[in-house]
Amino acid sequence: MFTKKSVVDDDERRRREHPAIRVRGLEKSYGKVEVLRGVDFDVARGSIFALLGSNGSGKTTTVRILATVLKADAGTAGVNGFDVATHPADVRASFSLTGQFTAVDDILTGRENLVLVAKLRRIKDPGTVVDGLLDRFSLTDAATRKVSTYSGGMRRRLDIAMSLIGNPPVIFLDEPTTGLDPEARIEVWQAVKELAANGTTVLLTTQYLNEAEHLADRIAILHQGRIIANGTLAELKRLLPPAKVEYVEKQPTLEEVFLAIIGDDGTNHTTDTTTREHE
Amino acid sequence: MTTHAIAETAALTGRTLRHVTRSVDTILTTTMMPIAFLMLFVYVLGGAITTGADSYVNYLLPGILIVTIASGISYTAFRLFMDMQSGIFERFQSMPIARPGVLWAHVLTSLCANLISLVIVVGVAVLIGFRSPAGVAAWLAVAGILLLFTLALTWLAVIPGLTAKSVDGAAAFSYPLIFLPFISSAFVPTDTMPGPLRAFAENQPLTSIVNTIRALLADQPVGTEIWTALAWCAGILVVAYLFAIATYRRKIS
Repeated sequence: MFTKKSVVDDDERRRREHPAIRVRGLEKSYGKVEVLRGVDFDVARGSIFALLGSNGSGKTTTVRILATVLKADAGTAGVNGFDVATHPADVRASFSLTGQFTAVDDILTGRENLVLVAKLRRIKDPGTVVDGLLDRFSLTDAATRKVSTYSGGMRRRLDIAMSLIGNPPVIFLDEPTTGLDPEARIEVWQAVKELAANGTTVLLTTQYLNEAEHLADRIAILHQGRIIANGTLAELKRLLPPAKVEYVEKQPTLEEVFLAIIGDDGTNHTTDTTTREHE
Repeated sequence: MTTHAIAETAALTGRTLRHVTRSVDTILTTTMMPIAFLMLFVYVLGGAITTGADSYVNYLLPGILIVTIASGISYTAFRLFMDMQSGIFERFQSMPIARPGVLWAHVLTSLCANLISLVIVVGVAVLIGFRSPAGVAAWLAVAGILLLFTLALTWLAVIPGLTAKSVDGAAAFSYPLIFLPFISSAFVPTDTMPGPLRAFAENQPLTSIVNTIRALLADQPVGTEIWTALAWCAGILVVAYLFAIATYRRKIS
């Protein structure tokens, strides 16, 4: 009882004293190619933080270092108050990684994939947890089918569901919507918003500007291995000259047209955009 | 901690075993080549080979079992390579689980899959006339040697599985292993081979392993050759294991 209490106190203290993610002076080279050249940022608990950058800017390298699957050349990185270099096991117990390429087992069914992760995370009652997640990610009907028959969006949803088992306080999503069609992208966005609403800290990397704009509380722009801007959307907008008032005919984007015609979640999305237009 | 590691390895082994049971063709492919060799040597070439044994299929089977294992372990390299490619390997690496568990799962699965293949090949051999006077103890000894040999070769297969750049590369390493039995006592007695070749054939690991299994199955005394065979298996196992783990550590750091 006593030890349990002190563990809880430790958790509390760590939560108060450390941000969910802290990165300082991170450097990494592959041979002569310097990928990260001194990266610094903090991610506050319970927020969605977007690391924005083009291909090859070092987003994935940063995530892989935080996920303890890659070692940094210099600098420090901490997750949930634990240093990735000195306490990798504690770090691994604190986060879940959804990598750039869906890490699901094609030969198993969706359900078997989830049960496997639940067993590996030593969940007491895997069945209930798995059923809950299947339902939450609309995969109940496909649960007993082999994952090789899933669509890209379903695979990504399963991938994210696998990451949520065990309720890790921090989730890394490395380009979660790359290669997805617009509908599937909206499904993923919805899932990410729900995560943050439940208090999970989300570090998201993306090359899509509108994705960062839609989801993130803070956005950092990673360019040639350095963070060149870091702030809320409003703060970043202030970096540019003040907006001029102009009258422009608002044409729907092809994406809005596509979503409106197929009549899925699209209406929501269009309303969103329009609302922002008025602000 | 250790019980956790065992439970994790069990869960991961359950996963890779499903890969085997859901693609039964991999087992059939594994057994196809040794069975083809068996037929070819017994019915086509066997009539012209003088071995001194009462029937050629009895002489041949131990070597065919070695070919079966060599062809079976290439699937371990293949499955490991596919895991590395698909990102699921990285997911496991980023989870709070005992690290070599992922490799052990593949190794244990290889033992199970090869055991099934070996039983099938022995079954076919019995159908075409293989008979053995050996008792239970001798059969258990044969099974033990074959499992030890499979374990050693599987750890060897882990290395290309981790390092290969393509599927073909991951599988190709087993070709020399499949043909190594030809330069041993597996198919023909070594007496007629020319000097240097004969020296190689008589001193390479497969000859002692094949001769030991042959003696056990014929219910003959094994002599000291069994110790040579076991020493080769254990030696290959230790070296392959150390190299595989070193490769793995380099890969995940």
